[in-house]
Amino acid sequence: MSTPATLDPQPPASHDPHSQLQACQAPQPQPSRWRVGLKKAASSSWLTSALAVVVALVIGAILIAAADSRVQQAAGYLFARPQDFFGAAWNTVSGAYSSLFQGAVVNLTSSHSFADVVAPATKTIAYSVPLIFAGLALGIGFRAGLFNIGAQGQIILGATLCGYIGFSWHLPAGVHLVVCLLGAFAGGAAWGFIPGILKAKTGANEVIVTIMLNSVAVFFLGWLLTLRSFQIPGLSRPISPRMDTTAGYPHFFNTSIDLGFLLAIVAAVVVWWLMERTTLGFRIRAVGENPHAARTAGMNVSMSYVWVMVISGGLAGLAATSQLLSAPSQQLNVDIASTFGFDAITVALLGRSKPLGTVLAGLLFGGLRAGGYLMQSATGTPIDIILVLQSVIVLLIAAPPLVRSIFRLPDNDRRRRSRSTAHARSLRHEAAT
Amino acid sequence: MRLELRQVTKKFGDLVANDAIDLIVEPGQIHALLGENGAGKSTLMNVLYGLYAADDGQILIDGAEVTFSGPGDAMAAGIGMVHQHFMLIPVFTVAENVVLGAEPTGPFGMISMRRARALVTQISARFGFDIDPDALVDDLAVGAQQRVEIIKALSRSAKVLILDEPTAVLTPQETDELMDIMRQLKASGTSIVFITHKLREVQEVADVITVIRHGRVVGSASPQTSQADLASMMVGRQVDLTVEKTASTPGPVVVEVAGLTLVGQDGRLLLDDICFTVSAGEILAVAGVQGNGQTELAEALIGLRRPTSGSILLHHGDPGSKPVTEDLAGKSVSAILDASVGFIPEDRGKDGLVAGFSIAENLVLDQVAARPFSRRGALDVGAIAANAADKVTQYDVRAASPSSTVATLSGGNQQKVVVARELSRHLALLIACQPTRGLDIGSIEFIHSRILNQRASGTAVVIVSTELSEVTALADRIAVMYRGCLVGIAPHDTARHVLGLMMAGVPYDEAMSQDETSESGDPLPRSPQ
Repeated sequence: MSTPATLDPQPPASHDPHSQLQACQAPQPQPSRWRVGLKKAASSSWLTSALAVVVALVIGAILIAAADSRVQQAAGYLFARPQDFFGAAWNTVSGAYSSLFQGAVVNLTSSHSFADVVAPATKTIAYSVPLIFAGLALGIGFRAGLFNIGAQGQIILGATLCGYIGFSWHLPAGVHLVVCLLGAFAGGAAWGFIPGILKAKTGANEVIVTIMLNSVAVFFLGWLLTLRSFQIPGLSRPISPRMDTTAGYPHFFNTSIDLGFLLAIVAAVVVWWLMERTTLGFRIRAVGENPHAARTAGMNVSMSYVWVMVISGGLAGLAATSQLLSAPSQQLNVDIASTFGFDAITVALLGRSKPLGTVLAGLLFGGLRAGGYLMQSATGTPIDIILVLQSVIVLLIAAPPLVRSIFRLPDNDRRRRSRSTAHARSLRHEAAT
Repeated sequence: MRLELRQVTKKFGDLVANDAIDLIVEPGQIHALLGENGAGKSTLMNVLYGLYAADDGQILIDGAEVTFSGPGDAMAAGIGMVHQHFMLIPVFTVAENVVLGAEPTGPFGMISMRRARALVTQISARFGFDIDPDALVDDLAVGAQQRVEIIKALSRSAKVLILDEPTAVLTPQETDELMDIMRQLKASGTSIVFITHKLREVQEVADVITVIRHGRVVGSASPQTSQADLASMMVGRQVDLTVEKTASTPGPVVVEVAGLTLVGQDGRLLLDDICFTVSAGEILAVAGVQGNGQTELAEALIGLRRPTSGSILLHHGDPGSKPVTEDLAGKSVSAILDASVGFIPEDRGKDGLVAGFSIAENLVLDQVAARPFSRRGALDVGAIAANAADKVTQYDVRAASPSSTVATLSGGNQQKVVVARELSRHLALLIACQPTRGLDIGSIEFIHSRILNQRASGTAVVIVSTELSEVTALADRIAVMYRGCLVGIAPHDTARHVLGLMMAGVPYDEAMSQDETSESGDPLPRSPQ
């Protein structure tokens, strides 16, 4: 899925320089270090990800300009006064992107206080928390070779359990929060366990099962909300009572950053440790890279799938906590998961399924969400453009050769690929002729 | 038709697969292209067949330069190719396969099967092939399928026929038949480019031999050149073609397989009542043409397939302690590995290694849950790295560093990683499937010597190999399989054609008596592959 050249901390190869010397028996003369470094950077999938974002912004700019009425007008007399057209386009695009930036990172127009200036950034962080949790969840699945599309359902189940504990159990502050977190994890884990065990025992395709379970989760929550015990006493509306304040996340410095963000970062570190430093992670990675070799080496591939889906589901369940525990007195309703479960697929892909990448991708998407609102209100650019940006990013990540050819980057994989596909190609040619 | 390649160069990134290769194939000549795996033979032929575009150089036919943008152009110019893995559609008949892509049509564009059949009959009659045009390809033996491929090439009026490792899938008898066909084709004026790494075949049939090493032509040779000289040209140094092997001193029986039967998911009988024993310090080689149940036998022994019935008794124990007996049938792979069984899978890329993992990680793939590589579920990265540094030196794995991924290694070095992992602990039984498939001569020597060391240390060894020369070089006894049955177990000095008959299903006694009547009891020539 990715080349070895990543920013993610890799296990140190060998602490003993002597042993490395012995192993270094490269027959060819080494090219200069600069060349190697540049080549590595160019072939790195991280660069591809970054460039995908750049290309998406360019395409977004074209669409923003095209959708603007002043630009459309100026286009009518493009050949008479081209400067009008380009001026209008520049104004529109720069206005939209600068308000996107100000809504996501820093508010330069406010001079009241430092807190006001950085308020957009704190909002970005708050939006990113569920994306990071769910992105980490899906990333684990991807690395195990499981395409878990069910984060949405797992978030809903996490929210259901977390919410129920939050409004119906009345526990002391702190304890209540911990129990709510456990509930969110357990709800998601249980929902992830179903496709995991089905795949392990019957070979059921996890993509189909998780997609179906998303719908099941929505209707299950909808049904629960028709029950008396899930409704506000005296009202028969599909909305739950308010969460106890004892279950809320503590906030840092009166901002929208709360304990949830810290937990998301901790989760990222734990996921890194799990994947890179434990036998379970080793097994998960081996199964994901080559299940045949994993099986031949005596690993229980089926059990690995179950573990992965449980951990993945649990992490996705935790994504629900930022919806319920961040602001005081939240209520459980059928839209509680918003579209986080689906956005998280993009986040995990953009982050190359690695924890650090997922955190960065989560922050980027949180920023797009936070800035999108200001962009819409300040410049009238439709917020749908954010969706376009996200979609273009996914598209380009799914087709790295496209990005490479746009930027004329070298393709280090080509050699290996062309060798291995030579046979396949000859097959196809044979069939075609 | 005279075919000439001039200064053909093909690069893949930094790798020069073909470096200014010159090759002339005269009409009616069998031109052997000899080289180790990875020497660039197949790349060159793919350039010639239009599958790759050459970076430099020319292809000339009868003195005129041609360019091929695809196999279609090559075929139109009279070049035919029989790939190592056949390009046939199993559920089609012979006639349908032969005309595929150039179907003779009748009225309203309908395929004229009558003309297709006539075409097949005509060509097979010309060369004395006994092929029924209406037989399903699936029902044909491998040798006959190959003949269908040859008919297909000839039906497009190929003047130059490229045969890519054509003998890899054949029994010795089928190989001899193929040689006859090649001579006939030559007599009828077709030139043949014969790609191989088997010295014996080259000597037998070739008119001219071109040896390729590391993408360069290192020289030509006549068929009279000795095998040792050919081998050293191929490898670039003196090679020892025979394995130093002392007589075995078998100890107590380690593994007893009795009545082992395996029925596949589709209800086919894959293994039929297999019985044999292997003793400590003994190598039992399982020979047979590919696809006769050897792979399934190995997979049943290691637990990748659950036997339908039968038992696999293993007597094992740490050195010095009293041996315990365990029935491995139905046990999980990890339980069998823990019972001190080592396994070198047939397809190292698929079953032996995780390509994206580092060498260090691959070296502990089956041992990662045990000390010293992990403690209470947490990996000991230091121990894993130390183990890698140790094994890389011990087994001479050529890599930039132990943290390089195994995908960057050559086939020989990849196999060394697998062998290093499997032989790094005390073994009662070693199961090695095709342990040297696709390797260069140097790596083959190395791996053979490691396997013999293992035998010397008292391990019972089962080798599954389709390379007869490997079987005879290593085995103490040879078990031959045919269609899921054990045809018989023969002594290690059994003559090549007797083994060949057994591989076609003839029992040992019968094969021996046939051998006596046919008086040619010459001992098997030793060849490196």
